[in-house]
Amino acid sequence: MCLAVPGKIETIEGDDPLFRRGRVNFGGIVKEVSLGYTPEAMIGDYVIVHVGFAISTLDQAEAEKVFEYLREMDELGELEVSADEVH
Amino acid sequence: MKFIDEYRDAKAATRYARLIARATTKPWTIMEVCGGQTHAIVKFGVDELLPEKVELVHGPGCPVCVTPLELIDKAIEIASRPEVIFCSFGDMLRVPGSSKDLLVVKASGGDVRIVYSPLDALKIAQANPAKEVVFFAVGFETTAPANAMAVFQAHQKGLKNFSILVSHVLVPPAMEAILSSPINRVQGFLAAGHVCTVMGYTQYEPIAKKYNVPIVVTGFEPLDILQGVYMCVKQLEDGRAEVENQYARSVRKEGNRPAQELIREVFRVVPRKWRGVGEIPESGLGLSAGYQDFDAELRFGVASYTAEESSECISGIILQGVKKPHECPAFGTRCTPERPLGATMVSNEGACAAYYRYRRVRVAAAKE
Repeated sequence: MCLAVPGKIETIEGDDPLFRRGRVNFGGIVKEVSLGYTPEAMIGDYVIVHVGFAISTLDQAEAEKVFEYLREMDELGELEVSADEVH
Repeated sequence: MKFIDEYRDAKAATRYARLIARATTKPWTIMEVCGGQTHAIVKFGVDELLPEKVELVHGPGCPVCVTPLELIDKAIEIASRPEVIFCSFGDMLRVPGSSKDLLVVKASGGDVRIVYSPLDALKIAQANPAKEVVFFAVGFETTAPANAMAVFQAHQKGLKNFSILVSHVLVPPAMEAILSSPINRVQGFLAAGHVCTVMGYTQYEPIAKKYNVPIVVTGFEPLDILQGVYMCVKQLEDGRAEVENQYARSVRKEGNRPAQELIREVFRVVPRKWRGVGEIPESGLGLSAGYQDFDAELRFGVASYTAEESSECISGIILQGVKKPHECPAFGTRCTPERPLGATMVSNEGACAAYYRYRRVRVAAAKE
């Protein structure tokens, strides 16, 4: 129910902030989405869309952190498989 | 798809699982709040990557599941009227009321339509001025901005033939209800990432403090969930009880301010009955005084309906993480997604339905 999917804004129309709309591309499928709650979103941004509404502009730097953390752990040797973990 | 596929990487998942295993020294019980997370966990087998000491229990965050029986009956009553076009998200149509579901109403000639967004229902109302168009407004905080906008726009446009049947629920009061229950066994929470995208997470700080429980705002892909579990286990092992944000690519601490403003304009906080759990104070949203004209319960005179739930169903304790779906004697036999006895079997995101879909064969083998 709370499913929300990231997509890329291709066009934006409307001047009234609450009624702003855009065409958003979800991996090839394009849908019209309300941008009324993401006044900061611009063409080319990724937005997280739930039931036709963008509820957030995706922070691409933050999106990387899940993987950065693993790289840091690698560098610290935290992820090396020790002898007792090899079956 | 970008920002989805990379979070399903199997190699990265095993590495997070390894980090979790190394961080864990004691047994811990962690609850994922949102039904979307439950679905992902069971579908991708995330729980099976965890060390035995870390148990995930499945929370009440499926709005379809917790919508009370009498509200389904109200929907059925309204949808059966000849002057009504009843619009709903698809997953509400199969939820059984006391005697039938909305699909049966549709099959008997009722004009019941599945829409993707409440704004689609608004368009239907504009295109059909001679009909009454009712939207079934269920959901958590994630969906409230969409429903608030539909009502706000209807009000702006002076649309007289549009109303909503509201069954909005709020996450923090449900978490408190679980934590203050004498049978509670939840020691840490993965909070619902999209709920927090809308509302932010400052509301969770007093809960973490009061109940001494770590709360990690978490996303919905396997890697998100694994990192959320890792952060939660680290806190538990360190004896910390803080609110942390794993899902920072979407969630800001203050949430989505414009969305919160419109929610406050259109809705007010009300007590709400949760299917399988009972009434929780201040746990739902109803229309605020200025928008009562859009309340379908008042418009169609169904506000006083009541209904009794099946006594055999244990969804109440499943929603609180006390029991697992397959521990119910009716699971997969007297209770299936086609003929559900209660809350957690009715929607894809319910814990019982997720186990039925992805774990049934194994559960049946274990029972024999």
